[in-house]
Amino acid sequence: MHELPQQLANGLALGALYGLIAIGYTMVYGIVQLINFAHGEIFMIGGFGALTAYIALPSGTSLLVAIPLMIVGGAIASVAVATAAERFAYRPLRNAPRLAPLITAIGLSIVLQQLVWGLYPDAKKPRSFPEIQGESFKIFDNLYLQRADAFVLVLAPACMLALGLFVAKSRSGRAMQATAQDPDTAKLMGINTDRIIVMAFAIGAAFAAVAAVAYGVDKGQINFEMGFILGLKAFTAAVLGGIGNIYGAMVGGVVLGLAESLSIAYIEEIPGMQQLGGGAWANVWAFVLLIVVLLVRPQGLLGERVADRA
Amino acid sequence: MTALLEVEDLRVAYGKIEAVKGISFSVEAGQVVTLIGTNGAGKTTTLRTLSGLLKPSGGRITFDGKPLSGVPAHKIVSLGLAHSPEGRHIFPRLTITENLQLGAFLRTDKAGIEKDIQRAYDLFPILGERRKQAAGTLSGGEQQMLAMGRALMSQPKLLMLDEPSMGLSPIMMQKIMETIVELKAQGTTILLVEQNAQAALSLADQAHVMEVGTIKLSGPGSELLHDESVRKTYLGED
Repeated sequence: MHELPQQLANGLALGALYGLIAIGYTMVYGIVQLINFAHGEIFMIGGFGALTAYIALPSGTSLLVAIPLMIVGGAIASVAVATAAERFAYRPLRNAPRLAPLITAIGLSIVLQQLVWGLYPDAKKPRSFPEIQGESFKIFDNLYLQRADAFVLVLAPACMLALGLFVAKSRSGRAMQATAQDPDTAKLMGINTDRIIVMAFAIGAAFAAVAAVAYGVDKGQINFEMGFILGLKAFTAAVLGGIGNIYGAMVGGVVLGLAESLSIAYIEEIPGMQQLGGGAWANVWAFVLLIVVLLVRPQGLLGERVADRA
Repeated sequence: MTALLEVEDLRVAYGKIEAVKGISFSVEAGQVVTLIGTNGAGKTTTLRTLSGLLKPSGGRITFDGKPLSGVPAHKIVSLGLAHSPEGRHIFPRLTITENLQLGAFLRTDKAGIEKDIQRAYDLFPILGERRKQAAGTLSGGEQQMLAMGRALMSQPKLLMLDEPSMGLSPIMMQKIMETIVELKAQGTTILLVEQNAQAALSLADQAHVMEVGTIKLSGPGSELLHDESVRKTYLGED
């Protein structure tokens, strides 16, 4: 158990990354009840946008300066693609049977992957991404925090806090809550619900770009396929936390991240389960956790079932 | 003087099924006009079309001298048309105060909004007592009060109330009807859709009886209240 603090820290950092991406699923679902399966690709495009911004900077720019500009570049790319997808792919299907936009989302996901694969220079292989270098921070004897992990652990809660305040306090946030709860009545209040829906897509995409930069500076590379499994994990996190609930996205992400890192470390220590531990089985345990939670709480950890009185 | 609301030959269809088949009526400023009729007569469809939630398939709507065709729902409230929808549709997870503030979403006069929220609490004291409570925890009658208070927050020229007494206890129903009388006395123009024909007719200046998408009969409320066919069909008399 000596390495437990380290495993927890690793799990938290991974979970924070999942949580950032999960916001995009949960915001869009909360407002238009659409599972935007192309969101993993929005995350990936955020990564390539950030890389483009980095390449455009003079060589030798310090990462301290470059990272904020990369986040901006990534967010411009991801928000542009996400809002265009909303406008041209999803909006025409707003009143169609729910299967239609879902299939559109899956198709869009493939199209976006292939576009990046085919059009972005050298994207057929992983492209190297500026990595955060330097020694890990020593917290305790048995707990070291890598710089990239520290980065995401600071950034994710800050983004969440900003989003929470925005939704709770601002006029647009109030309009967003109203639209999520009752879109037709929101229109009767004078709320332009189309604009609110675009805003939900844009916020989710911007968070995905932040996540993509955090991912890139940790791994030192990005690739056109990276949105698939991470998107699936983040979607799992959103469902785990209670889809539609923004805090649920973060909680679900952290629970999932911890489950993965603890399963990698400890499952193989359980007698008779040596075969089922280690990194190869992490995804399996993550989805086992999802199934167990959904059996006990189908609405997710923070999801609520509000009975609206008739 | 022209009417505040002028509806001419309005038609609304859901796919191929026409729910409103060419109705015409008008509402003068200061009047209470009611549409009565059974379920499926097209009353709610008419109101939802007036507030832009449904697109008409034909006819003309003129409000305050301006045509409403093509105006999106979220812009109609700014013209002075407020709609308290059937089934209340309060925002269940927001507080009462937040619901009222949303009714004033397009207004920018903070002091005026505060004053009108206070006015809503004066009109419905129970809302003031529970102002910090989530609206979903209110009883049906309280939710109806909130829906009406919220609609008034936009300072409408015309207030449309859809089935305000639906599903309420007799005492609560009476309270809601008294409020409508009070609003009328204050000069609010109201277009009221009701299944409780007795109550609606007794307070309406002008009434229209709708049947399967058409207006069958029109006249002053007091007159229809004593019309034999109306009494038989809608007031349950033999």
